[in-house]
Amino acid sequence: MSKRARYIIGFSATAALLIVLFAAGLYTGSAALSFSEVTDVLAGKSDDITARNIIFGIRLPRAAAAVILGGGLSVSGYLLRTFFANPIAGPYVLGISSGAKLTVAFAMIFALREGFALNSAGLIAAAFAGAMISMGFVLMISGRVKKSSVLIISGVMIGYICSALTDFAVTFADDSNIVNLHNWSMGSFSGIDSDDVKAMSAVIFPSVLVGLIMSKQISAYRLGETYARSSGVNIRLFRAMLILLSSLLSAAVTAFAGPVSFVGIAVPQLMKSITGTSKPQIMIPASFLGGAAFCLLCDIIARTAFAPSELSISTVTAVFGAPVVISIMLDRNSSKAG
Amino acid sequence: MEEILRTEKLSAGYGGKIIVGDMDITAERGKILTLIGPNGAGKSTVLRTLIRQLDRISGNIAVLGRDIGSFGGKELARTMSILMTERTDPELITCRDVIASGRYPYTGQLGILSDSDRRQVSEAMELTAVTDIADNDFSRISDGQRQRVMLARAVAQEPDILILDEPTSYLDLSHKLKLLDILKKLTRERRIAVIMSMHEIDLAQRISDRVICIKGGYIDRMGAPDEIFTSEYISGLYGIDVGCYEEHYGSAELSAVSGEPRYFVISGSGTGINIFRRLQREGIPFAAGVIHENDLDYPCGAALAAEIVTERAYEPISVEAENRAREIIKRCERVIYSGCPFGSMNEGNRRLLQYAESIGKLKSE
Repeated sequence: MSKRARYIIGFSATAALLIVLFAAGLYTGSAALSFSEVTDVLAGKSDDITARNIIFGIRLPRAAAAVILGGGLSVSGYLLRTFFANPIAGPYVLGISSGAKLTVAFAMIFALREGFALNSAGLIAAAFAGAMISMGFVLMISGRVKKSSVLIISGVMIGYICSALTDFAVTFADDSNIVNLHNWSMGSFSGIDSDDVKAMSAVIFPSVLVGLIMSKQISAYRLGETYARSSGVNIRLFRAMLILLSSLLSAAVTAFAGPVSFVGIAVPQLMKSITGTSKPQIMIPASFLGGAAFCLLCDIIARTAFAPSELSISTVTAVFGAPVVISIMLDRNSSKAG
Repeated sequence: MEEILRTEKLSAGYGGKIIVGDMDITAERGKILTLIGPNGAGKSTVLRTLIRQLDRISGNIAVLGRDIGSFGGKELARTMSILMTERTDPELITCRDVIASGRYPYTGQLGILSDSDRRQVSEAMELTAVTDIADNDFSRISDGQRQRVMLARAVAQEPDILILDEPTSYLDLSHKLKLLDILKKLTRERRIAVIMSMHEIDLAQRISDRVICIKGGYIDRMGAPDEIFTSEYISGLYGIDVGCYEEHYGSAELSAVSGEPRYFVISGSGTGINIFRRLQREGIPFAAGVIHENDLDYPCGAALAAEIVTERAYEPISVEAENRAREIIKRCERVIYSGCPFGSMNEGNRRLLQYAESIGKLKSE
């Protein structure tokens, strides 16, 4: 099978899956709407206000959010694994999501106490600040110790510290809205409205696009810093851009859905096996599509498996994602020994 | 002769600490300049400074007559390419894509290859004999092939100067020779200037146009190979105290087994070399003679024999030399004859052989 055929098949299969899952996202839910009711609403033939509100006000934004945030998170993971030349480096494992979670929680509590509502831009800004702080720590450690296991362990520890501080803040915050905050801090696509979708699109699509435009640099960076630099890559700018983009992407995700585990590692790895290449021109769109499909699937499972009670999204992504991480580690060890 | 790179009073090192100082290096178009010197002398540090991956501490580096600092990243990449020692293992990338990354400084922001880019890539592959593995995964080829693919990548960059750090280390002999052959071709056909570091001094001697010896924080000596590769200088440069560097063969010999000789070897025309080396391995002190100073056996015999009887070049073996050899034979347990031919110049050796046979010490090889 030629490379091109493999790309085309991989892309078509993922895209088809994405469409099916998106439809499934619209047709399933806790409210009992029949198949034909949903179809009527989507075709604009229904006058049922409640049904319209459920579909366009809840299910559609939620499915769209899963697509956009899942895609963004997965691309963020792809950029991070490229940056650290380590397939286990993702926004969740490195503590970047948890850093964003911490600052968003503090910002929310502060806003609640002062009596104003935090808008989307404020949320994203807070998340971005937290992501950059965590990233700063990770970079500091990776600059001192080159071992990838140390990097991962320190990332996980940063994640724990941030989560502990968040829990602490949430526990002592004195507001009824804290229930919401608690749900959010566990990770969930629920409660997202169409304005949120617009806000996240405004951050994530341009970031992914910039990532795509940087494909040439990313491609050269695959051979390592020395060779990338010698072929003319402006390494400082490139590294800064990569950090900024991956932090921005995972910050946007965390701002709206809370920390979502393992997507950033598992999806790029799966897409790499499907397409059989590490070319960024292929991998960035493939990661986006794959991440979107993966998060849609996990979200559907999260809200239907034990309906009417909902699982947190990370509970589901971890079930699928963690085995992928374990298999990566086994793979790496065996290829080193062999 | 055209200068591609020149340094003046260049000092290279890390964190403000000079490792090799005060270097005046010149690389010319179509010539190979090789850095040799003991481990840890700072060869890699010098190379990393020349390719601007390490900030120079002081001094000047000019490339094509301009200060290297004035070059933009892509501009320098179109002039200089590299092959360094760090192992890169990118995943899922074909050899062709690795080589095509050498076209980076020539393509636009989207990195789309033009026809001329593709032609450069395939020419580079042809030159380095990797065309048949172009579509293989880079992580699944041998070390020798990998080094050639990385060289093809450097060639695809169309540089004026190529800088290589120990390009032949860890390769088997056949791959070493292939790689050096390609480098020679690059200098002859593409007129590229090459600066490289090497550990294999025998190969360095054969391929280099000029050699720079780095030791003790300075350039210890600089010159044509025949000025550098003498037994005395190389032994001093590497601080050889066990064994020696043999300048005629351009290779190393282990040290002689000293002591009262137990065997006497009669040989000539190169037939003794393997016998000398075997006795050395077995730890048997031996004597050799009579060997002419221009005989193939002489350098090895002189290095390995506990005692050696020699005759001047092109002179028949003198009575004195023959008698001296006879005295040694008397003290030895055994005489080994290598089966060398006899002629008018080494007639004495034939008599020594007959003498050994008459006293029952002879053992033929």
